[in-house]
Order: sequence, then C-alpha cells, then structure tokens
Amino acid sequence: MQKSLKKYFPIFALPTLLAFTIGFIVPFILGIYLSFCKFTTVTDAKFIGLGNYAKIFSDKTFGHALWYTALFTIVSVLLINVLAFAVAMLLTKGIKGTNIFRTVFFMPNLIGGIVLGYIWQLLLNGILAHFQKTLTYNSAYGFWGLVVLMCWQQIGYMMIIYISGIQNIPGELIEAAKIDGATSSQILKNVTIPMVMPSITICTFLTLTNGFKLFDQNLALTNGEPSNMSELLALNIYNTFYGRTGFEGVGQAKAVVFFILVALIAVGQNYLTRRKEVQQ
Amino acid sequence: MGVRKAKHGWIYTIIFGLLSIAWVFPIILVLINSFKKKVYISRKPFTIPTDKMFVQWDNYVNGMEKIHFFDAFKNSLFITVFSVAAIILCTSMCAWYISRVKSKFSSGMYYLCLFSMIVPFQMVMFTLSKLANMLHLSSPVGIILVYLGFGAGLAVFMFCGFVRSIPLEIEEAAMIDGCTPIQTFFQIVFPILKPTCITVAILQAMWIWNDYLLPYLVLDIKRWKTIPIAIQYLKGGYGSVDMGAMMAMLVLAIIPIIVFYMACQKHIIEGVVAGAVKG
Repeated sequence: MQKSLKKYFPIFALPTLLAFTIGFIVPFILGIYLSFCKFTTVTDAKFIGLGNYAKIFSDKTFGHALWYTALFTIVSVLLINVLAFAVAMLLTKGIKGTNIFRTVFFMPNLIGGIVLGYIWQLLLNGILAHFQKTLTYNSAYGFWGLVVLMCWQQIGYMMIIYISGIQNIPGELIEAAKIDGATSSQILKNVTIPMVMPSITICTFLTLTNGFKLFDQNLALTNGEPSNMSELLALNIYNTFYGRTGFEGVGQAKAVVFFILVALIAVGQNYLTRRKEVQQ
Repeated sequence: MGVRKAKHGWIYTIIFGLLSIAWVFPIILVLINSFKKKVYISRKPFTIPTDKMFVQWDNYVNGMEKIHFFDAFKNSLFITVFSVAAIILCTSMCAWYISRVKSKFSSGMYYLCLFSMIVPFQMVMFTLSKLANMLHLSSPVGIILVYLGFGAGLAVFMFCGFVRSIPLEIEEAAMIDGCTPIQTFFQIVFPILKPTCITVAILQAMWIWNDYLLPYLVLDIKRWKTIPIAIQYLKGGYGSVDMGAMMAMLVLAIIPIIVFYMACQKHIIEGVVAGAVKG
C-alpha cells in the first residue's frame, strides 16, 4: 500500500506542504535571518550581526513589557485555573440547571479579542468613572482590567475541560475512598486532583500560552496606554515593528526572543506537570 | 455521578443563576447602550435609556454606513468558511499520507507541524505579510492559502493522532479490492475521520473568524475588511471614538456568534474537549 500511495504524493501531501512552506517555513527562517539584519522591507536587508539584539537591552519598554507580561500571565493562569476547577467541581454535582450554566459560562469564549476588549472598556470605564478615573489612568488599572477580561473569557473553556476530566474519574475510586473514611478534602487532594492531572496539564498549558501571547485584547482595551505602561510583549513587538521606521530589525530580534521564551515555557511546563500525572 | 442529587442543591442553583446573570451582563450592557445617544454612553453607561437618550436605530444605521458592516460580514464569512474547508480537506489528506507512508519526509513534516504550534504569530508576522504581498495573496481568496499554511500545524497534528487509531486492514482490504488511494481515502478513511473533522473545523473557525492581526497585515484592508478589522477601524487614529456606532457594531458582531453557538453548541463543546485531549 505504501508504494501505490507514494505515487499520489502530489495530490495528498503537496497542497498542504506548499501552503505550509509559504505560511510558516519560509517566514520563520526568513524571520530568524532578518533578526540579524537592518532592513525596512524584506528585499533591502543588510547583515549587521547581533546589533539588533544589543539594542533590545537598551530598550526600557521591552524590559517593562516582559515583567508586565510575566506578572499578568502568572496571575491570570492561577485565577483562571482555580476558579474554573472550582466551578467544574460544583457543576458535576448534579445541580439543577447545570446545562444552562455551562452554556452561559462558555459563551464569552467564542467572542473575538477585539470585540471583548471594547465590551470591557465600556463596562470598566463606566465603573471607574464613579471614582473619576479611567482604565488608562495608570498601568495597574489596565493590568487588572485585562485579568478580569481574561477570566471572563477563559474560565468557561477551562471549566469544560475540567468537567470532562472529573467525569472520567471512575465512581468506585471515590466510593472506595469514602468507605476507607477519607474526608472530602482528603478525597479532593488525594483522589480527584491526581486523577484530573492530565486536564490540569492541558489547562495550564493553554492559559499560559494564551496569556503570554495575548495581543487583541490588549490592543482594544488600553492599547498600551498610558505611554506604553500597560503594553504586553506581543503589543510591544508590534509597536516596535510598525510604530517607528528603522526599528524593524529590533522588532524582529524581539520576536525571536519572544519565540524562545514561549518555547521554553511550553516545554518546561509540559515536563513539570506531565511528571505528576498518574497512570489510570 | 449526577445520579445522586447534591445536598442543598437549590442554594447552588440560585448562586449559579445569579452568577450566570452577572456573566451575560457585559453583553446586555453593550446592547442597552447601543440604543443611547452617544454622549450618554460614556457618561451614563449603567442607566436604562430614557426618552431623552433613546435614539432608536440611529447608531446601527450610522455604524453600518461608517464601516460597511455587511461587506465586512461577507468577507469574514467567506474567509472563514473556505479557509476551514481547505484546511479540513488538505490537512486530512496530508495527515493520512504522512501516517501511512513511512519516510524521512513524513516524520520531518510531522515534527515541523508540532513545532509550528508553539511559534507565536509575532515571530512570522512581518515576513509572512511581506511574502503574502509579493505572491499577491492579499485578497480574500489568497488569504485562504495563508490560513491553510499557518493553521496546518494543529490540524495535521490532530488528524495524525486519529489516523493512527484506524486499523490498517480496512484500507488494505479496499486497496486489494481495486480502490485507488483517492477512492480509499474518500470512501473509507474520510468518513471515519468525521468526528475529528468537526473538532478541527470548530477550533479553526473560532480562530479564523475572530483573528485580527493576520488579516490586518495580509489583506489589502482598503478594499477588504473583516469584522474585527472593521471594529478596530471604527476607533480610528487618535480622535474620539463614536461610541454609539461602536456599541451598535459590537452588538452586530456578537449576534452571528451567538446564533452559531446556539445552533451547534453540542458540537462546539465536544470539539473543545476532544481538541484539548489530543492537543
């Protein structure tokens, strides 16, 4: 079968390969190359070595965006996962109306980042107006605004994943623990959490990368105001590229650093939580 | 689970009921404000419009004129539907090929797809948009190829995971009975892949419909805007935003999503769970 299938390479694999080359492989390789160049467009690139990378360190906005993003990611990952897990626990107890609640909690997920940003801008600015402030008054408001927005958007998604994890726990396991006299907090700690570890791996992975790569919501909610203080990394890179001419190379170098950070986080997180998973 | 009713279940029902209302409140708020005169929106967002504030459909008419909402809607719909269709068709075929033909190309392609999933868009945004312009892909038709390329990673990965669980004997039997690989794929393999197709379709559709930056950089936005681009465009430069038009357009942007959600809620939720387990 392999042999006859191989002849059909142009029909089966070529279209995807071609698109993948245009949409990913070439831009990626070119991107790495350009991070070592000075350029304003792809065709006028001049190799300058590590100059762009050196400029990153003297760029204060990048450092600020980096820790702002790190802090935002940590806070939002913790809040989203704890709340989503708690809601999932309660919604697997057979409460009346569970289906409606699930439907409602999941819904914000389908709305795009730009639209979400403007919805919350209205709501949060409306509340802050009572204190004569706005979201762009200082970066802390933008920070917590984004956290609330992300919770609203993602709790439903993570809740769905946790619910399926909790429902996959064999009922006998919990019964057995009860017969052995375990309290409900002991069951949670020693049975439920180890058994849903695969879901926890996935949810922390998704929330981590979503938080770290966040762009649309940031752009719509505060657009980095006041003076780039509420700028996450992705927006910082975007502004370096398109905000100032002559800085394209620095923007590309920042993007490479950003990519390496995301890759390290993704691999590291996977390694750490996979270790804790138990065989079912 | 779920057979035994929870103790004090009704208390939880009330708490979650209130929480659900709080959850939809931001959307309701936008809906209410979309009928207010624009000066009252930032000043009094939480009041129900009185006669003085009420403007009927003015904000909607105004907003639709400003950003040509229906054109944006058509573009978004066209790009999403055809990109998802292209992704499903091409990547499922590709995934079958690389799962069944053992070669360096196959494993290389598989790991490249896996790798592409962790690469953030900012890494390729500049080069991809320039490349797309050079190849004249800046139209709603051209962008389909870009989406196929950038979305291929996740889709190929998910299809591969599923193809491996299909027993080889079925396909071999079909081939021995004289099916060509194309017939085997479309008559035997593709129908078996249907659940995965739905999962991939939903995940990709959610991404493409809401995507802002990729179409913004790739499309010739003077001629073609998608809904997220049109909404962001409404904000314009540094001038003041027409809040009335903004609210009305936000409502129009949300309506298709809610209709879609209500229509295939079961598939969406199952798709998310299946996608998470494999991803």
